[in-house]
Amino acid sequence: MTGTILGASDIGRALTRIAHEILERNEGHEDIVLLGIPTRGVPLAHRLAANIAEVEPGFDAKERTGSLDITMYRDDLRHQPTRTLGATTLPATGIDGKVVVLVDDVFHTGRTIRAALDAIKDEGRPAAVQLAVLVDRGHRELPIRADFVGKNIPTSRTERVDVHLTETGDGEDAVILTGGRA
Amino acid sequence: MKHLLGTQNLSREDAVLILDTAGQMAATQEREIRKLPTLRGRTVVNLFFEDSTRTRISFEAAAKRLSADVINFSAKGSSLSKGESLKDTALTLQAMGADAVVVRHWASGAAQRLAESGWLHGSVSVLNAGDGTHQHPTQALLDAFTMRRHLMAANVGDSVDGKGLDGLTVAIVGDVLHSRVAGSNIALLRTLGAKVVVVAPPTLLPYGLERDGGVSVHFTLDDALEAHDLDAIMMLRVQRERMTGGGSGFFPSPEEYTRLFGLDRARMDRMPGHAIILHPGPMNRGLEISAEAADSPRSVIVEQVSNGVAVRMAALYLLLSGEEASA
Amino acid sequence: MSAPIVITNVSLYGDTPSDIVIVDGQISSLTAADVPADARTMDGSGLVALPGLVDLHTHLREPGREDAETIETGSRSAARGGFTAVHAMANTTPTADTAGVVELVASRGREVGLVDVYPVGAVTVGLNGTQLSEMGAMANSRAQVRVFSDDGKCVHDPLLMRRALEYVKTFDGVIAQHAQEPRLTEGSQMHEGLVSAELGLAGWPAVAEESIIARDVLLAEHVGSRVHICHLSTAGSVDIVRWAKARGIQVTAEAMPHHLLLTDESARGYDPRFKVNPPLRTQEDVDALRAGLEDGTIDIVATDHAPHPDEDKDCEWGAAAFGMIGLETALGIVQKTMVDTGRLTWRDVARILSETPASIGRDEAHGRPLAVGEPANITLVDPAAAWTVDPAGTDSRSNNSPFGGIELPGRAVATFLRGTPTYLDDRFTALTEGAPA
Repeated sequence: MTGTILGASDIGRALTRIAHEILERNEGHEDIVLLGIPTRGVPLAHRLAANIAEVEPGFDAKERTGSLDITMYRDDLRHQPTRTLGATTLPATGIDGKVVVLVDDVFHTGRTIRAALDAIKDEGRPAAVQLAVLVDRGHRELPIRADFVGKNIPTSRTERVDVHLTETGDGEDAVILTGGRA
Repeated sequence: MKHLLGTQNLSREDAVLILDTAGQMAATQEREIRKLPTLRGRTVVNLFFEDSTRTRISFEAAAKRLSADVINFSAKGSSLSKGESLKDTALTLQAMGADAVVVRHWASGAAQRLAESGWLHGSVSVLNAGDGTHQHPTQALLDAFTMRRHLMAANVGDSVDGKGLDGLTVAIVGDVLHSRVAGSNIALLRTLGAKVVVVAPPTLLPYGLERDGGVSVHFTLDDALEAHDLDAIMMLRVQRERMTGGGSGFFPSPEEYTRLFGLDRARMDRMPGHAIILHPGPMNRGLEISAEAADSPRSVIVEQVSNGVAVRMAALYLLLSGEEASA
Repeated sequence: MSAPIVITNVSLYGDTPSDIVIVDGQISSLTAADVPADARTMDGSGLVALPGLVDLHTHLREPGREDAETIETGSRSAARGGFTAVHAMANTTPTADTAGVVELVASRGREVGLVDVYPVGAVTVGLNGTQLSEMGAMANSRAQVRVFSDDGKCVHDPLLMRRALEYVKTFDGVIAQHAQEPRLTEGSQMHEGLVSAELGLAGWPAVAEESIIARDVLLAEHVGSRVHICHLSTAGSVDIVRWAKARGIQVTAEAMPHHLLLTDESARGYDPRFKVNPPLRTQEDVDALRAGLEDGTIDIVATDHAPHPDEDKDCEWGAAAFGMIGLETALGIVQKTMVDTGRLTWRDVARILSETPASIGRDEAHGRPLAVGEPANITLVDPAAAWTVDPAGTDSRSNNSPFGGIELPGRAVATFLRGTPTYLDDRFTALTEGAPA
């Protein structure tokens, strides 16, 4: 299985659905803030926020969305080339007592989310943390699960899942699967 | 990057990467919890052959905020009394399992020697915290960071990531001959696209600088203020031992120095409204800088200190986090 | 006295094919037809025979710093470099400023027997520049000192220098001046120029050397004495000496191999093997020294062989000692920079590395012609024996050579002191019996 798994309209529908699920789960938008994990989690968080705002006019998408860079919390820094740091920008409301919805593009081993939980702990004390991902490709290495999933894609470890978004200069919206045994 | 020894060979790309990284580090330093787990389990040794409490605690704070273990090692020794040799110290550090050595030494080239002599095996990174009258790269980087933040943002608070110091005019005033701060700054400012103006008595200029087309040289501060619209002015500390000493003083008297090179109210007012004042510290108030200038809203001297921690965190992160460092 | 030796088909001075027959320490004939029955033969084809080389400027370190060099190890290194005589500088511990010390050095040199060791006497007591040493006593001692120098330090007091220049006339001595204005070089680490500015190393201005040379040639003129300038290193110094010679002043000057080959660019790695006094200068200075040597302004090449143990060199630049070893590389560097470039002939090399230094030092048995009846002090050079310098392979006790890894075109392959081989290349293994171990 190689090629485009999700197209632009699939991604749009998935994000609309997740926005609704977030509102349902939390019984409204009052305490919700969205934190995208750079790089592609950030535009996804902004899209989700915009979708929520369409349903709930009282929700200020810009005010409630931020980014959370987790590079300095990774446990594999010594085994990878030096990573450039991304930006951490918290919503103006802060995260104390809020429901933080972490947003990332691909959910894989769970290590990124583990690092994100550590990073959140240093930024404040939310009432709850939830996880929204566009793609869950499996192969968890830690006891972590997602609350909101755009699409589950079974993969082998040798395959690669790339998410393309127009905001990050990829020229299109798509989820692409490559590699693996033919 | 494996070592940070000086600014002359630092590419613009690497310099901007350090500054951008420092920007992210600075952001973490505004939080309640300023400590990051990034360098857990790594050991940073502060190796100081010269007393410099300010620089040492800045590096110490930077390493600790990244959760590295910090060992402070003060070695006695000077050009007059040799004391413990750099080589023996290096062997000791190696045995202690240092991942990075932050070295301050009275001898120019000591950091490079430590990095390249083969005394340290494997993957120890060397960070130059000042070698003789040669280089002090993190000071120049923190100065650049401070200037970029104040002078390169279109609006206050806008991101300056990716930017250099293009188009700025920066004056460096004082003992350029003996100043590693000036040495590092001149090279870095040029790399980042700034125009450099050097102001010093001819006795305190390095050989050949006047003939160097890339730097504009003035022998009094008034001349420099007349000739340039400065965006920033960097006042260097006057070392007491340079003033006198049986005919080997570099200028006749502190009073004359202040008259020709001191930054006071009147000279400060001749700079454009947005221009900022830097000083690497510690200041001689009333000598190279008046209290009025040092404490004016243009002064970013205190901010330089906090930016120093962020820049040193960035340098430690970039030197120690990648696979190159542990290869 | 060793067995007679015949060297066949050698080129005297690189221009005269000949044989050399050595009997009883002398050149007995220049034709192999006169071979004594018990003679051993060496094939000299392709080799150049020169009068044994004389170094006017060597530091043997003994007494005092036997950890760096001894008279024995220094002599061995000298013989391997083609030298049959060296002048041992006075900056030992104790200083060679009394008849006792110079006699000790000379007699130890004789015991070793590999080169003639001529002690240089200190100009001032303890090299401290304030009081003349008993130069007369040293001159009249068994060491018969003729060269006096505070080398390592400059005789900077002009009045003291004048007195010294006058005083040595008594016994036909010469003052060899280490030209370094001390105030202009306080704390200096390397040549003052663009490189020193970039490296943040305290500069050593050319004028610190040139001002002393200018003063001393004028003093020599005024008092009618001869003066010898040690290790000339700048273009300005060459100009001053050229001017002085044109004026008839009795000045001689020496250049060092390292100043003919290396520049201040070598300091960029802060490797103290390149730290030397006077410092390595610029390419312009190197060119001027070569030109000065070619036109005779500079009379000789000397080594300034300055051994230092590892701990004084394997350290940071500022803490390191000044100096480099050079006895074994001098000839190859002269060939590379002066002969192979067409500036000098081998006959000129005989002049600058043997005849003139012997004459300045008044070494009567050295620098003699390669002629019948002369002492057999001979150096055989193989100008085609290219080799790569390996500092660890030296016979000196120290290995602080800046030339490691540099390829040199030729080298000495045999050295004879009064007919006895003091160094023989591997190719002459048949002869090694009878040679010193």
